[in-house]
Formats: sequence, structure tokens, C-alpha cells
Amino acid sequence: MLNRRNFLTAAVGVAAATGLAACAKEDDSSSSTSGSGGSKKLVLGFSQVGSESGWRSANTDSVKEAAKEAGYTLKFSDAQQKQENQISAIRSYITQGVDVIAFSPVVVTGWDAVLKEAKAKKIPVVLTDRSVETSDESLFVTLVGSDFTDEGRRAAKILEKVLEKAGHKGPVKIAQLEGTTGAAPAIERAKGFKEVMDADHADDWKIVVSQTGDFTRAGGKQVMAAFLQSNPDIDVLFAHNDDMGIGAIQAIEAAGKKPGKDILIVTVDGVKDGFIAMSEGKINAIVECNPLLGPQLMEVVQKVKDGETVERWIKTKESDFMQDQAKAALPTRKY
Amino acid sequence: MTTTPRWRALTQHHLFWPVAVLVALLLINVPFTPDFFSIRMTDGHLYGSLVSIVLFGSPLILVAVGMTLVIATGGIDLSVGAVVAITGALTCSYISDQADQSALSAVLLAMGIGLLAAVVCGLWNGFLVARMGIQPIIATLIIMVAGRGVAQLITDGQIITINSEPYKLIGGGYWLTLPFSIFVVAAVVAVTVALTRRTALGLLVESVGGNAEASRLVGIRSLRIKIMVYVFCALCAGIAGLMISSNTSAADGNNAGLWIELDAILAVVIGGTSLLGGRFSIGGTVVGALVIQTLTTTIYTIGVPTQTNLVFKAAVVIVVCLLQSPKFRAKVFGARFGSGSGAKGSGTPAATPADTTPTTAAAPKMEVS
Repeated sequence: MLNRRNFLTAAVGVAAATGLAACAKEDDSSSSTSGSGGSKKLVLGFSQVGSESGWRSANTDSVKEAAKEAGYTLKFSDAQQKQENQISAIRSYITQGVDVIAFSPVVVTGWDAVLKEAKAKKIPVVLTDRSVETSDESLFVTLVGSDFTDEGRRAAKILEKVLEKAGHKGPVKIAQLEGTTGAAPAIERAKGFKEVMDADHADDWKIVVSQTGDFTRAGGKQVMAAFLQSNPDIDVLFAHNDDMGIGAIQAIEAAGKKPGKDILIVTVDGVKDGFIAMSEGKINAIVECNPLLGPQLMEVVQKVKDGETVERWIKTKESDFMQDQAKAALPTRKY
Repeated sequence: MTTTPRWRALTQHHLFWPVAVLVALLLINVPFTPDFFSIRMTDGHLYGSLVSIVLFGSPLILVAVGMTLVIATGGIDLSVGAVVAITGALTCSYISDQADQSALSAVLLAMGIGLLAAVVCGLWNGFLVARMGIQPIIATLIIMVAGRGVAQLITDGQIITINSEPYKLIGGGYWLTLPFSIFVVAAVVAVTVALTRRTALGLLVESVGGNAEASRLVGIRSLRIKIMVYVFCALCAGIAGLMISSNTSAADGNNAGLWIELDAILAVVIGGTSLLGGRFSIGGTVVGALVIQTLTTTIYTIGVPTQTNLVFKAAVVIVVCLLQSPKFRAKVFGARFGSGSGAKGSGTPAATPADTTPTTAAAPKMEVS
């Protein structure tokens, strides 16, 4: 039996701890841009997924810098990979009555309720980087971000080149390291890759194993170690991000094989560590997914605020890199 | 009908069911990966599924061993995942600032700094629980939530990649053809078992978990014991943090040790330690942690579709927990397997018979505040 006093202490403790967490995560960078004239500044509420990778931090920095340059008040919160955190952040932006809400959804589904609340308060919502599935298309104005399906297609296309360059003949056994289950980049990169594979290489390419590595190095390493046990004859690794690829490289090396030679590796993102690995010959090709979308986002936010119509999907500018371009491109990588 | 006394004693040993589950899980892999049990030499070290399981499972074993003692005192430590992240972040950021990242003295100093931070976290938890009388789940929740933020602050939200040969040894290197982490785990487990079973310490821990107030009245410094177990738990988590960051040669403040506290608690429970406190089994915890790691590896090797990973994991955990329950066994397999619930606990000293556990365990709950 729990006595009442204990229960009370516990309840107060929980309240205090969550309050503490909320305070720690809210980061109001308005002070840095204050004093720029009398006109009322545009207030942007931005909820970031988390800071799970170098890519994400670059994305965060880009948004913060661009907001500062545009002279907006940015209310920033980090959802630490949890949808419930993100929903409560968006709710608090609605309560505060910000001008525009932008966020990178942690997962694809489950946003209807909170987006309807925003719509009821007439606060436009801009998605960045990832899309959502919703029953009502009017719940968000636009998406500023990459076309993940196309990244998957590009990965398959560049794999053709990689195979040709390596002189690989015959059937290709592919291992796939997926991103976080349910996340848009994971679903769509897999979809795009499979699309090209089914269309052009139905006979010779085959995905023999596919499993989530949660977009992390540790995940990539552990899953790849298991793959190498169950399927020792893997020819190609397709990793949904560089970090999982880097983890997998370590697992491949521990198994006594040469990454980039015995197993050809194609990854998506293009973070600095990925380029370093590619310049060392351990990754064969990288499909870029550009995180520096801050300036594009601010442009859209201004347009949305002014009531202009914008395209439903504003795609970020991206390119692909083969191994021979790695050394030249490395110094220019910002993230 | 063929039940011999020896078989009966075996099935009633407190480690029987965890070990049985571990063996069953390992065997499931064989049809999918025929050479699952084969171990070969690669680049001067042993390589194979079993080696991988122990290598990747080492941090979990360490965290779970620390957690066992905390749980034995009737507490719980939710902050271990955050401590893992803080330790890795501090150590790697110190190493990455060095001109020569492979200098042994710098690496040792960096590890010392990381472990010191872990101990400070443990002292804080122990202080809140023992001195302030805050419920353990709340007291440790503070560092669980705030600690990951601290780790991200240290790493500046980035993944810090380091290139240090000596540091790589502890979590990803090999010694005498075996993963070095095995030796670290073996040492920690051996020291823990020696301290708790060869001295009176284990008995004191169990006595505090059984009834903290009664223990104090008979002259046991129960506050001191409590602080000690939280510090020990944090230290174990700190070593695990070194291993995890060393394994990938990178500190990831956001993901390192994420949810490891839940896996650790699960490992402790699978190992037969009661969450009510008052008795514990280090051996059971080690087996429990291996069960969880084997389960993870099994999911990867037998090709469970990504979307059903967690369902598969949950199903296995439910089966394990049911098998652990004497009442369930009595119902399903008949009295032969189930009746030994009292004897099951006798493998550990100071165990209370199962039917009296609720009453003794309710007692400490009453006087914590």
C-alpha cells in the first residue's frame, strides 16, 4: 500500500522534473536579435527532431542563423526524438500565438489533432526536411525539404556506376541498413531504391537482408555484424545515412573484410565524417541530402506570413558524389 | 514420472530458467545461420556470433550488474543511460582536444575524468535517495532527463569522432584474441561477487532492501549502504559509457546508452532479482543481460521484418517473465516445476520465501518518507 504522503512527494517530484526538462529544452534566441527597430518582429516557432547526427546539428544551426539574419524571433525547441515532446512544443507555440510554426516531424503519422488546433488558431504550419501523412492536405502550407524517394532512386543509380567501376559481374546481393522505423527518410529512401531496382535490375539485384540501425553508428555496427554472420556473401551495403555506414565499416573491418572493396558501400547524407571515410576509400558513393535549408525556410516563412501562395513542396538543392570527388569536396563540407 | 531428485534440484535452481531461455534463443539461430556457433580467427582475433554477442552485450552486463545492487536495496536507477552518455561525451571531448590522441597518459586521464563525472552523478542520486528521502524513481529521473542534455552540451550537439588506438581497446579492441571488454566485464563481475558474497556487504545490501529501518535499528548504516550502491551503479554505467563510445570511436550525446536503463532493469528481472528488493543474484543478471543481447542479435540474424522487431522482442520477454513465475509454471507444467518457489530463492542468502515476500516488502515502502 502506498501511503498518501509518498504519493504526493512522487507527484510533485515528477512535476518538478518535467518542468525542469521543459525549461532546459526551450531555447529562446530572441535576445540576440532584439532592438532592431520598432516594427513588430515575425515570431517563428520551430520544433526540431533532436540532435541525433551531425546532419541534424547542421540543419539546426542553419535554421538559427538564417532566422537571425532575417531578423525573426525564433522560438526553438528540441523534441529529443519523441513525438509527444514535439506535439507539446507545437501546442505551446499555438498558445503563445506565434506567427508561423515550422517543424521536422519525428514520425510520419499522428499529427492531425495538433495541426487542426493550429489551423483553428489560423497559424500557418511549414514542414521542414520530413513530410507527414494527413487526411487533410490544408493542415500544412508547404514542405521545405529533400525528396527522400528521389534520394533512394539516386542511390540505386549511383550504385550502377559503383558496380561498373568496381568491375562487378553477376548477381548483386545487397544489405540495407534502414533508418528509424516509421521515419519518412527510412520509408522513402527504401521505396525509391526498390523502385529503380525493380524496374532496371529485377533479375540481378536482390536485397538479402534489411534491418533498422536507427540512424546511429552503434546501431549500424551491431546490425552489420549480425548481417555478416547470417549472410557472409554480401556484395553491397546501402545505408540510409552516413553514420550507420560508418558503424558498418567498423563491423566489416572486424570481420576481416575490406569496406569499399569486398563490400561496396553507398550511403545517403554527406556529413563530414562520411566524406572522410569516402576519401579513405571505405565508402564508394554518397548521395547528398542537404541540411542547410535555413535561408530557404525563412524565405518561405516570410511569403506565408504575407499571404502569398507557395509551392506545396520546395525541394532543396543536392548532388551526388563518387569516390574520386571525395578529396576535392571534403574541405567544402560544412557539417 | 522420470523425475529424479537431481533433475528436480536442477529445475529449481534460481538460474535454471534464465539459462534455459538463453540456450533456447541461441538454438533458434541455428536453422537461419548454420554456422552460428562457429568461431574462427580473423586478423589475429576470434570472430563469430557468440563473440559479437558478448562484445556488444558487455556494456549492458555492466550497467545491469550495477543496477542489481540498487534494486536489491529496493531502489531503482533510471539515470544510467544519461551517465553512459555523459561519461562518453566527456572522455571523447577531452581526447579530441589532445594534439596526440593516442598518448596513453592523456587517454587514461580522459577516462579518469569521465568516470569521476559518473561517480558525481552516483553521489547525487545517492544523496537524494538516502539523505533527502526522495523516492528513487524520481530522484534518478532528474539525471535521466537532464543528463542527456548535459552530454549534448559537452559534445555541442555533434558526434565527436576520435582516432585513438589505446582508447579503442576498452570497447572495441582485442586482447589475447578476445574482445578486451570481456576482461573488463569479468573483472567487474568478479569484484562485485567477491565483495557481496565473500564479505558481509551483500547481506547488508539485502538487509537494507528487506527493511531499511529495521536494518538501521540493528546497527547497519543503511544510508551509507544506499549511497554506496548508487555510486557503484553510476560507476558501472560510466565504464559502460567508455565502452560504448570506444566501440564506435565516437561520442554521441543523443543516442549513446539510450533506453539502456530499461534493458538493464529487464536483465535484472530476468535474472531473478526481485524489484521489491531484499535479494539479488549477480549471476542471474549476467545471464539476463546475455538473454537480451542474444535476443537483439537473433532479431537481426533471422530477418525479423523491421516493423515487427518490438513485437517479437515483447513476445519473448513475456514468455521469459511467465517462465520465471512459479505460479505460472505450477499452472502449466504441474506442481513439479512450480512448487519450488521457496527453494528457488534459497540459492541466495537472506532470501525470503515467496509467499511472505509481499508483507516484508511492503514494510520498507511505509517508512521511506
